[in-house]
Amino acid sequence: MTQAAEATPPADVQVLADNERCGSDYMVDVIKSLGFEYVCANPGSSFRGLHESVINYGGNTAPELITCCHEESSVAMAHAYFKAEGKPLAVMAHGTVGLQHAAMAIYNAWCDRVPVYVLLGNHLDASERRAAEWYHGVQDAAAMVRDYVKWDDTPHSLAHFGESAVRAYKIAMTPPMAPVVITLDGGLQEHPVSRDHRLAVPRLTLASPPQGDSAAVDELARMLVAAESPLLVADRLARTPNGVTLLVELAEALQAGVIDQGSRMNFPSRHPLNQTQRGAAAVGDADVIVGLEVSDFWSTVNGLRDQLHRSTRRVARPTAKLITVTTGDLYIRSNYQDFRRMQEVDLAIAADGEATLPSLIEAVKRLTTGDRTRVFQERGARLTEASRAAAERARVAASYAWEASPVSTARLCAELWTQIKNEDWSLVSSYYSPDVGGWARRLWDFSRPYQWLGHAGGGGIGYGAPASVGGALANKKHGRLSVAIQTDGDLMYAPGVLWTAAHHTIPLLSVMHNNRGYHMEAMHVQRMCSARDRGIDRGYLGSELSSPNIDYARLAQSMGVYAEGPIENPNDLAPALRRALAVVKKGEPALVDVVTQVR
Amino acid sequence: MQRILLALLMLFVVSGSSRTTLAQQPTAKQIEAGAALYRKVGCFQCHVNEGQGGANGPRLGPNPIPLPRFIQYVRKPAGDMPPYSAKVLSERELGDIYAFLQTRKAPPPVNTIPQLAP
Ligand code: HEC
Repeated sequence: MTQAAEATPPADVQVLADNERCGSDYMVDVIKSLGFEYVCANPGSSFRGLHESVINYGGNTAPELITCCHEESSVAMAHAYFKAEGKPLAVMAHGTVGLQHAAMAIYNAWCDRVPVYVLLGNHLDASERRAAEWYHGVQDAAAMVRDYVKWDDTPHSLAHFGESAVRAYKIAMTPPMAPVVITLDGGLQEHPVSRDHRLAVPRLTLASPPQGDSAAVDELARMLVAAESPLLVADRLARTPNGVTLLVELAEALQAGVIDQGSRMNFPSRHPLNQTQRGAAAVGDADVIVGLEVSDFWSTVNGLRDQLHRSTRRVARPTAKLITVTTGDLYIRSNYQDFRRMQEVDLAIAADGEATLPSLIEAVKRLTTGDRTRVFQERGARLTEASRAAAERARVAASYAWEASPVSTARLCAELWTQIKNEDWSLVSSYYSPDVGGWARRLWDFSRPYQWLGHAGGGGIGYGAPASVGGALANKKHGRLSVAIQTDGDLMYAPGVLWTAAHHTIPLLSVMHNNRGYHMEAMHVQRMCSARDRGIDRGYLGSELSSPNIDYARLAQSMGVYAEGPIENPNDLAPALRRALAVVKKGEPALVDVVTQVR
Repeated sequence: MQRILLALLMLFVVSGSSRTTLAQQPTAKQIEAGAALYRKVGCFQCHVNEGQGGANGPRLGPNPIPLPRFIQYVRKPAGDMPPYSAKVLSERELGDIYAFLQTRKAPPPVNTIPQLAP
């Protein structure tokens, strides 16, 4: 505000004149042009102008406001929604306290290379700030997360907002994708502007992702066709449903084994060439290993022994040729260390994996001679037998402790699978580590792209519950049955997201993997106890969630979610799941609390 | 010297009992003590409540590897498993854990479990 303006007495008319509109209405025009279906937010006064424009001017559709009880929930919902739907969600938050809550979830999305579109409210003009706007005011709001967003801006005018909002969307969606932040000045949202001041909405044109250089792709195809035992390792490969189709085509053209590291749904779990369940053996056998958007290639071909004196060893053959195809080579930041250890490779293609597959498939087919086809077929038969044997071992392993109480995690997954396998299901929960012993991935038939949504990215716990609700929100309009295996420690971060699911009638079956503790962490502390040789029996201290036990069914019920449990007898599980599924099929969330074995 | 003699005697008792008592029929007392120890010293964190194994450790029971190898492994693991010295876990205690693992229920034949049908 200028000195002259400060000295001017306030106008009599305190509502918008007919020839005026507010800045945040224009912001909604731009946001609508980008196609957001939802905007997730915990309400905050620094973006009250935009909030009002979304619900009144925008009609609360596209985007529809989703009420969240924590900004971490807003961002994690958007994170998983993207992985199910392929479209980002918008999130609104205070530039200070809201972003502070959201920060970990933004970090997860960044590590997972997932776009989340964050709109922050902030009052830049100190001469206009109300009391609360002082501690909700910041010079440079995005500074706090700048290390783990791809781009941010603080527009100074509405025209500037229009350009930056569209630019941010484009940048977020260009592989390697990542979250972006736009900070919205309170004055820019709230001050009237003349309707004569014509503000165009810039047109969005998404950039096509970078493909591998053709000479390098030919070289890779030659190596693959000549290999005796090629292995394709996919992690964040499938950006779109077509990514799965392309990887199947490449694997079948070569009759090569595939390991799906699972940050995305890359490859059908029961495809005969899927070697994920015998990953270590497959890596050890391979003479050519191709990492397709693998976030940690070093750990794919090496092992680290977690003892008092850590040691490493190569698990791939010393002579194996190593190749990477990844946008990771196009984008790296300094501070946060998610780039992992440097692995020496024989060929590095800096390009998007999915976009490079068509030309790689074409080159492989072109170079494949009749002799090689026969070799490929024999290899395919061997791999088919190896994956069949691994699946059989998984079934037998799952049968141990079948009748035990608390319920074994294998039994939990097998019972859930029995109830959903004839439905159009989607497993919306996913974890940093294979919390449920990886049983779902070992036992279930994952074939459709939305059936598996990958991990938290940065290992930040508290992602699981909101991510499940976000994935379920995406699945809702497709009529898919969303199921989550919900860990107890994760739910306790921000259980209010269950209320969000009830409030917005988001159908989701959450089955608790309630082992009454942070057992992964207990294991780490016990490892320290052992290494220091001073007794292990107190190792659980600080990692337990018992005494008192938490009643998750009542927690959920208190927020309007149908819930049952705690279930300790495995034979009670199937009937409880059926009752809960009946509720979910009516379009509502439900939760079954199952007391389980540790992992 | 006395200590060494005692240690030798202990070894004899433990391995002796493995061959005679444990291999045939662990006592209810041993199994009970073993169950408590298996939890208390955290074997269950990685090998899971019933010794059935999981993502963080292989299956240990029923039919664990022979007791001498079992003890040797726990003292000096070859891989990622943390070591347990005699100071924190005696051989007698390991014998009890072994008894607990030995007596875990064998699963029903997998083909009789409809939920695990391929
Ligand atoms: C932090 C995880 C962890 C804990 C705790 C742990 N183990 Fe292990 N254990 C493993 C892993 C992993 C292996 C597989 C080999 C390796 O990496 O060392 C293993 C292997 C074994 C083996 C060898 C099995 C075989 O078939 O060769 C035995 C025996 C064993 N553990 C017993 C125990 C006992 C008894 C305890 C408790 C006193 C225990 N473990 C605690 C992780 C653990």
